[in-house]
Amino acid sequence: MIKRKWDMFCESVNMSVSNIMGSKMRSLLTTLGIVIGVAAIIALMTVVQGAIDTMNEQFDAMGLGTLRVSVTGTAIKHGLSDEELDQILACEHVAGIAPSASATVTASSDSAWSDAILVSGNNDEYFRHNPDLLARGRAINVLDVEQSLRVCLVDGDAARTLFYGEDPLGQTLYLSGIEYTVVGIIDEEENASLFSQILVGGASDGTVYVPYTSAKKLLGTSSVSSLEVYVTDPDDTDAAIEEMEAVLDALFNYKENTYTIINMESMTDAMNLMTSMMMSLLVGIASIALVVGGIGIMNMMLVTVTERTVEIGLRKALGAEPGQIQIQFLIEAIVLSLLGGVLGVIVGLLVSLGICLNTDITFSLNTFAIGLGVSFSAAVGIIFGWAPARKASNLNPIDALRSM
Amino acid sequence: MNTFFSMRGIVKQYQMGEEVSTILKGIDLDIKEGEFLSILGPSGSGKSTLMNIIGCLDTPTSGEYILHGRVIRDLDQKQLARIRSREIGFIFQQFQLLPRLDALKNVELPLIYAGVPPKERTRRAEEMLVRVGLKDRMHHHQNQLSGGQQQRVAIARALATNPTLLLADEPTGALDQATGEQVMTLFRELNAEGRTIVMITHDLKIARHATRIVNILDGELSEGVSAFD
Ligand SMILES: Nc1ncnc2c1ncn2[C@@H]1O[C@H](COP(=O)(O)OP(=O)(O)OP(=O)(O)O)[C@@H](O)[C@H]1O
Ligand SMILES: [Mg+2]
Repeated sequence: MIKRKWDMFCESVNMSVSNIMGSKMRSLLTTLGIVIGVAAIIALMTVVQGAIDTMNEQFDAMGLGTLRVSVTGTAIKHGLSDEELDQILACEHVAGIAPSASATVTASSDSAWSDAILVSGNNDEYFRHNPDLLARGRAINVLDVEQSLRVCLVDGDAARTLFYGEDPLGQTLYLSGIEYTVVGIIDEEENASLFSQILVGGASDGTVYVPYTSAKKLLGTSSVSSLEVYVTDPDDTDAAIEEMEAVLDALFNYKENTYTIINMESMTDAMNLMTSMMMSLLVGIASIALVVGGIGIMNMMLVTVTERTVEIGLRKALGAEPGQIQIQFLIEAIVLSLLGGVLGVIVGLLVSLGICLNTDITFSLNTFAIGLGVSFSAAVGIIFGWAPARKASNLNPIDALRSM
Repeated sequence: MNTFFSMRGIVKQYQMGEEVSTILKGIDLDIKEGEFLSILGPSGSGKSTLMNIIGCLDTPTSGEYILHGRVIRDLDQKQLARIRSREIGFIFQQFQLLPRLDALKNVELPLIYAGVPPKERTRRAEEMLVRVGLKDRMHHHQNQLSGGQQQRVAIARALATNPTLLLADEPTGALDQATGEQVMTLFRELNAEGRTIVMITHDLKIARHATRIVNILDGELSEGVSAFD
């Protein structure tokens, strides 16, 4: 019995393929709507997914396993002291911390002067986690931090402002009148992390990096209000946050809104949610093309049924059951729209490959999108092929035979 | 002998706008198993209409048709399809071959719906085509066959499922005398094998090959050939 059904199925597929091949041009035009709809879905999903992946990669490189703590504090306690920082460092899932202190100061060299130089106090840990920051010379090391040495690194803007046309390395500059030696140059491209750019804004004549202990002295503060925290393992991020919250809550007497811990990962999650919502919307719009394509299929199937009335009558006269006729025409509609679906997948992949090659987006085969496109087109075939198939199966054999 | 089918008061009417035209005016007909019946009548007398009712392709406006003990009026489309598939072989007046398929595939067609597996299907279709003398025309399409050859493909197709009842609507209409006689020889063979045959013709000579002849004129049936003489 199953074998019989299978034979019937193969027969139906054979017949529909030969019918479709019999009118290639018409079949192709009919499936155009499906081709466009599926191609749009595939291209959209592949490109948007690629964009999300690329963005995630960049975000991960920037912040996976890194937490940013910024402290607003209370009226009597503005920041964290060194001992309190050690408490955070002592947390089980915290591998390292990079406190920072920054302010805009007046700076001068032997030849130039500026009152809008940003001083950024950092430690060795910070440079270890941002190795691309250093272009030439050396980074800030433990010794610099422990002994509050007056060494500094300059970025491209600061170098241009203070040492125009000269190599700053080894030169001397004065921050608020205090003498510092330039030991390293910051890479122009890297120019600090996106995050610190957001924090300090871009309206300065350049940035000078100094040991953070030295910065505290320079700025006359004894506490730190922002720091990066490096987690032992990205998977332990949540645990680390909990531990730090316990420490910080205790330090600020459980007052609210005294500090914030920003997890880069949760920012990425929020962004992913947004982009995938947008993608659903776009795919929804593309689906309209599929519905239009479905109507095209329905039209062609109705024409086919009318054209082949005699054939249907004959098949029935030779013993075909109404159900078998219905299945045959339904399969033909599905084969037709699947053909459109497969063509659509190919076109969609080519289009998205073209887009990806011309942008920074990395191309990857989105199997989910392909599956979705193919099953959508099959569903369109079933939905829009149903009525014509039903019509064919209900034809009276003798009326059909006489209609020639 | 057992009755193969019986008809009582079969009426067929067509509504043509305001007018109702009655094509069959109360036909009573009984056929026994193994009979070879010729229905003789002029063009337009309702022969094909009656044949379509016998073949379960059409339903009468009124009257009772009982085939092998089953009241046809009570059966649904699926059951009728089963009867057409398993018990009846139909040779149509206009051959009705599918132009997209070759002779062999045309003969295989009823075997598909009878659920015969592909290999067996081809074997049986070839056997039938050999039997009607088309051994070297198996892969010809309709437009590559003469009228007589198309007729023989149609006969092979009707015989493929090995039906107990063979219905032939003008099986020799497109054939010359000699080929017509050949077909009649084949029909007599088939009848001798035990098949019940109902054949439509307007040619008395052809009709005489049958074991029984009925006449139809203006939708009314009469036994014997008298009315046509
Ligand atoms: N669907 C229909 N609607 C109206 N009238 C019909 C229909 N089908 C057949 N007829 C009429 O029924 C009559 C009998 O037709 P039928 O085909 O049975 O004739 P026939 O005896 O087979 O003739 P022939 O020898 O020419 O084949 C004809 O007058 C025809 O016009
Ligand atoms: Mg006729």
